[in-house]
Amino acid sequence: MTSSRSAVIFALALLAPALLYILAIVAYPLVDTIILSFTNAALRPTYDFVGWANYQKIFGAGNFIDVIIRTFVWTFFSVAAKMVIGTMGATLLNSAIPGQTVFRILTMPPWIVPMAIGIFMWGWMYNGQFGMISGLLQNFGLIDGPWPFLAQGNSAFWATIVTDVWIGVPMVTIYLLAAMQSIPKDLYEAAWTDGAGRLYRFRRITLPLMVPAMLTMSLLSLIATFNSFDIIWILTQGGPSNQTTTMIIDTYKTAMGSRKYGEGAARAVVICIFVSLFCIVYFRAVRKLSQGEIK
Amino acid sequence: MSDVARTTEVAAADSPAIVKPRKRARSTKAMIDRYSWYELVGIYAGMALFLFFVLAPFIEGFLVSLKPLGLLFSTPYSFLPVNGSFDAYFTMWQSVPALGMHIFNSFFISSVVTLIVVIIVVPASYAFARFQFPGNGLMLAGFLAVNMFSGAVLLIPLFRLMRTLGLLNTYWAMIVPGAAFLIPSSIFLLRTYMMRIPKELDEAAWVDGASRLYTLRRVILPLAMPGIVVVAIMTFIGAYAQQFIFALTFNSKTEFMPLPVGLFAFFGKQEVVWNELMAASFVGILPVMIVIIFLQRYLVAGLTAGAVKQ
Repeated sequence: MTSSRSAVIFALALLAPALLYILAIVAYPLVDTIILSFTNAALRPTYDFVGWANYQKIFGAGNFIDVIIRTFVWTFFSVAAKMVIGTMGATLLNSAIPGQTVFRILTMPPWIVPMAIGIFMWGWMYNGQFGMISGLLQNFGLIDGPWPFLAQGNSAFWATIVTDVWIGVPMVTIYLLAAMQSIPKDLYEAAWTDGAGRLYRFRRITLPLMVPAMLTMSLLSLIATFNSFDIIWILTQGGPSNQTTTMIIDTYKTAMGSRKYGEGAARAVVICIFVSLFCIVYFRAVRKLSQGEIK
Repeated sequence: MSDVARTTEVAAADSPAIVKPRKRARSTKAMIDRYSWYELVGIYAGMALFLFFVLAPFIEGFLVSLKPLGLLFSTPYSFLPVNGSFDAYFTMWQSVPALGMHIFNSFFISSVVTLIVVIIVVPASYAFARFQFPGNGLMLAGFLAVNMFSGAVLLIPLFRLMRTLGLLNTYWAMIVPGAAFLIPSSIFLLRTYMMRIPKELDEAAWVDGASRLYTLRRVILPLAMPGIVVVAIMTFIGAYAQQFIFALTFNSKTEFMPLPVGLFAFFGKQEVVWNELMAASFVGILPVMIVIIFLQRYLVAGLTAGAVKQ
């Protein structure tokens, strides 16, 4: 089983199906997106190269910058909330109380059920006249009249964030819980023997050792949130008056709504550039972290 | 065999299960985990709040499915279904005639996706787990980079590709791209699992004159079965949960629509029959709910295989 030539050939043969599949369905479309972004492709079969015209157009119009800023604000609050709630959830699930397994199972549904179906339920909850949130707030006398969350730009923006957080929290929680449980118990026992309190142990043992897992989860959430499509599309389709139009929704509307493939591709390329930047920053951070640990 | 199987079990198991056999550790643990009453109240209150956030839509959705339309569209709001009934669960089959079809489609699409992913991922993971070949690390990184791009970003060329291949408005338009985005993390997961299988087993088979393919089929495959099951479950659930954008964009035929898109069409109508929509949603999520209850250990193991590594 040395790395002889036949072993290499065998390994490549094993890899071939996966490699070809990804090349055809992910890599080729990625290259095609970049090429299309320099063309005026539309519904008709032929198209011409137009240089940087698409990019000049989208950055010249001004509202694209608004969309980018909105996407970043939307993503920031969503990821931050996911991490905070996920860490709290994981800490709660990690405490040694009866009913742990049941609680853990109950955490999973938003992550497991078809995303769209969870979003339908939120759609009803946000209904101003008859939905639960507006209804309960009125019953408790916190608001005067019905509040249609998705009909006003500002509240629609936050409502879509809440739903995105809801969908992301279970995964963050379970992942961080696993990371917490992989911390050696001896550390806690040693600290406990030395008289360290629970809060102190959490701050000085749990949190520092969780940093790599939290960093990984932040990146995964960041990418998922940045690319989040279903939630906004089902709840608001980017409305009212584009207040919930993030970059991905904007791209979809340009490409699939107006059938401007070339311009849509240019918008998609900008998304890819941002996502790549996130990954570079992440890998830098991980490298720094692991170097720090070795020292 | 048992050794490998246990690794997953341990990864998934609760901490008390690990600690139990050690007597001394147990007594320390009992002491260290003793909470005062106000800590207990705090933990349970926090847990209740957390679970309410997670489960509120399901509670509301279920109550809505029980409420008659008249009550649903009346003010003031009433949380509980007064004179509720399961009527919507029967009438919905008439209101959405294709409902059964949609549920079948969801299952069918997810099953085929799972099959494709497993067939492709098993050999690829073995290659990454065992062989040194040029470009090994780079290729693995390349696979993982796929996770950076969502289907939504690549929608335009994928649409053109599906059109060129003549796959638009068929099951394949949803299956082919759906599987592509589930392959990379499955490879990573199964590779991690296969690396835990002792290399000596391969070498022993090699010394005994077994061919490489035979070793994979007869030695590795049986040992990797628990890992493959985890990958299959994760893939099925991923495929079931995420079928929206491709189905929305690449297929317009009602008879091929999976449940989420079928219900989305229903959701978009002027007069949304909410109690039936919610009832249909519940029927659609019931299968995965059952899966969670029985297989949650595997789910945790699947999700955390990467976490523990780092």
